[in-house]
Formats: sequence, structure tokens, C-alpha cells
Amino acid sequence: MDAVPLSWYLLLSAVLFALGAAGFMFRRNLITVFMSIELMLNAVNLTFIALASRLGQVDGQVFAFFVMVVAAAEAAVGLAIILVVFRNRGTLQVDELDSLKN
Amino acid sequence: MAIAIFLIFAALAVFCGLNVVLRRHPIASALWLIGVMVSLAVLYGLLGAHFLAAAQVIVYAGAIMVLFVMVIMLVNAAPERRSAASRMAQALGFPVLAGLLAALGYVAWRAAPRAVVVTARKGTAHDVGSALFTTYLLPFEIVSLLVLIAILGAVVLTYKEKH
Repeated sequence: MDAVPLSWYLLLSAVLFALGAAGFMFRRNLITVFMSIELMLNAVNLTFIALASRLGQVDGQVFAFFVMVVAAAEAAVGLAIILVVFRNRGTLQVDELDSLKN
Repeated sequence: MAIAIFLIFAALAVFCGLNVVLRRHPIASALWLIGVMVSLAVLYGLLGAHFLAAAQVIVYAGAIMVLFVMVIMLVNAAPERRSAASRMAQALGFPVLAGLLAALGYVAWRAAPRAVVVTARKGTAHDVGSALFTTYLLPFEIVSLLVLIAILGAVVLTYKEKH
């Protein structure tokens, strides 16, 4: 049976992480920036699971599971903050949310 | 066979990821992000991590993305506008990103040469469950507390006081 080289998984993970970082830097909508963070977390999870599978250990998968749970908690609190920001400011453009600057 | 499945779903994940970053409307980004998560779930299954493949679909593509779509609907988000600051970010950001991708790719290539292959041996729900409830029992309980605090925090943050 043919198998996939480990480095392919790591490269895919690197590409997805870079895409997430690009979205985080270039997008101007608070929700989209938040989704880019989720994309980066997913890329890291892929690395954890690929290496866990390569090493024949289950610990990496447990870490990926914890990352998933923390991401769920983060999404709940982050989206609540986004809702409050929108309620108070009426916008989600990140460059209009600059009241800490002045 | 495994290589074909990997190539198909890796390409799908990258394509969906590109659309997440490039689409201007948040709801389009959210729906493409579901595509990324489902194709990653297939790759997890290919790696033998069956439990995490299921959890990826249920927790990420299900619960978290539904939350995102709900919030996008609640704030009635419009397509985002470009601004001067984002053009500056593009000028500075692309070299930084290219450097990051090159560094990550180089490390991935060096750390794991072509000859090394991924072999799935452990990772069924039974294996993950027994690790989770023996070695990692304390972190598991702490993380359940974290989720409880997050729920309470979300409720407190969005609670509207009646005047």
C-alpha cells in the first residue's frame, strides 16, 4: 500500500497557516480576521495529528483535541466581544475601531 | 490510493483557504472555511485519527461555524471596504508572509525527508479516549472548567440590562 510522505502534510499545514496569517494581516473586517485565526489553528492541528500518526503515539491527537476545545471557548468569547463592539460602535471595520489611539 | 485522496483534499483545502482570504463578504469567507474544515477532517481520517475527524466535523464545521454564521447574521455584515491602512499592510505584509512560508516549508522539508512515510497505527476513539481519561485526566477536567467559564463570559458580555 502506498503512503503519503510526512513532509507533504507539513507543507500543506505551512501553506494553510500562511493563508491564515495573510487573512489576519490584510482583511479589514473583525469577523474575517477572527476566522483567519481559526484557519491558523486548524493548520497547527494538522501538524499535530500528522506527527502523532507518524510517531505512532496518541499524545499529539490529545493536544489537537485540546486545541479544538480551547478554540471553541475562544470563539464563544470572541464572538460575544464582537457583538458588543458592534452594538457600541456600529461598525466592524478594524481601522475605524481606533479609540485607543487618541 | 492514499496519495490520490491526499492530493485531492489537500488541493481542496488550499482552494477553500484561498477563497476564505480573498472573498470580500464575511458570509462567503465563513462558508469557504467550512470547506477547509471538512477537507481537513478527511485528511485526519486518512491519518487514522478517526475520533478527531468526527470531532472536527461536529465541533468545528458544526458548532463553531454555526456560531460564526449566526453572528454575521446578527450584525448584518456588509462586504468590507478597502482603506489606506490595508494598502500599507499589503506593501509590508507580502515580504513577511513569503519569508514565513519559506521558513516553514524549509523546516518541514528538512525535518521530514521524502522517504519518511506516515503510517496510521493508533488513533481510534478507543485509543484517544483511554489516553484522555488516564494520562490527561487533569487537563481534561480543567479544560471543561474553561469551557464553562467561556459560556458564562459570553452570556455576561452580551447581556443587556433593562432600564
